[in-house]
Amino acid sequence: MNIPEIVGAGLIVIGVGIGIGRIGGSAMDAIARQPEATGKIQTAMLIAAALIEGIGFAALFAA
Amino acid sequence: MQRKKILNLLTFIFLLTVLKTNAQHESSEAVQHEVTQHDEHGKALTLKEQIKADIKHHLLDSHDFHVTDYLTFPLPIILWDNGLQFFSSSKFHHGESVAESNGNYYAISHNNGHIYKTDSSGTIHYNKKGFESNEKPLDLSITKNVMMIIITSLIIFLVFSSLGKSYAKNGGIGKGPGRILEPIVLYIRDEIAIPNIGEKHYKKYMNYLLTIFFFIWFVNLFGLTPLGVNITGNIAITFSLAILTYLITTFTAKKDYWKHIFWMPGVPAPMKIILAPIELLGTFIKPFALMIRLYANMKAGHVVLMSIIGLMFLFKSWIGSPLSFGLAFGLMILELLVAALQAYIFTVLSALYFGSAAEEHEH
Repeated sequence: MNIPEIVGAGLIVIGVGIGIGRIGGSAMDAIARQPEATGKIQTAMLIAAALIEGIGFAALFAA
Repeated sequence: MQRKKILNLLTFIFLLTVLKTNAQHESSEAVQHEVTQHDEHGKALTLKEQIKADIKHHLLDSHDFHVTDYLTFPLPIILWDNGLQFFSSSKFHHGESVAESNGNYYAISHNNGHIYKTDSSGTIHYNKKGFESNEKPLDLSITKNVMMIIITSLIIFLVFSSLGKSYAKNGGIGKGPGRILEPIVLYIRDEIAIPNIGEKHYKKYMNYLLTIFFFIWFVNLFGLTPLGVNITGNIAITFSLAILTYLITTFTAKKDYWKHIFWMPGVPAPMKIILAPIELLGTFIKPFALMIRLYANMKAGHVVLMSIIGLMFLFKSWIGSPLSFGLAFGLMILELLVAALQAYIFTVLSALYFGSAAEEHEH
């Protein structure tokens, strides 16, 4: 592994981290506001996180 | 009584095979078993390189079933090379020697674990890029992964067919070990299939969704046992699973699905022309993302776990093993969650794609 690849992988991880972090935070907010909708929010959160993760992995393989 | 006798006989045969393979293994390997490993050029490897090589070896599919160094089962090799070649993988001696079958010679490459046709001394030639340039026969062998897939399918088949029969017998109440899985089946129906596909069409897709969920889950769990299989961390297998989802989506799609891809209603005509190729590309990207997600998650989990266990050997002090054990234990629990989560995600996303295919709009 050389330096551009390592830097690229780091940038990807930062991006994916911000994305999933924001989803998680928003889901927490939503659950705090409407605890009765926890199940639905969790499902939506997992799907969105999985989609971001998929793109992140695809980029990691390219790097 | 009859059944018990057969069971005893099977156990006896199993033990005999184990003893036999043990004896063979020890006699052939006793000479080569040294503390340090060597690479192809006979150079001694450092500890770090040894751990790397072990991790790489673990991630690959293999032609024998390696539980520990003293418990290894040979598996059948089936090659198509001017006629069927059928022999046991014990002929390779764990990739150390050349196997002969009907006058042809085969050797296993240490690089990727594939079988290549060689001369009688078993030399594998490498081209400039470092790839093998020998002729490669069509390999239809029952490898470790294939065997575990067959075992998993058998387990799923037995558990669910007995559960299904007990429903008919007991008037709608399940019996037997499979009953633990009943809430999961209901969850997939009520929380995954119906909301995503819709009341009207969900039944058609239920059997595929259930099969794919339990298959991926069980296979992931097997990957965490000391059997050392890495099935869903193999891109060929996730590729086949994703292809199934793609084919089902494409062939069950209604008129509205194609209309939304090629001529999106409700947008201006120039936009429709731009959107059509993007949407068409999207149909391929969806299963591609499914494939990469499952593969990368499982492979990454295995690599991290193995590296943490490898830490034990790198730290040359007393702190190494408790630290590595603690980390590995925590990660193992996380991996149990990931095993179920990845199966869930694959099922939910498949259901979403089926839902978009089965949808009927009233414009």
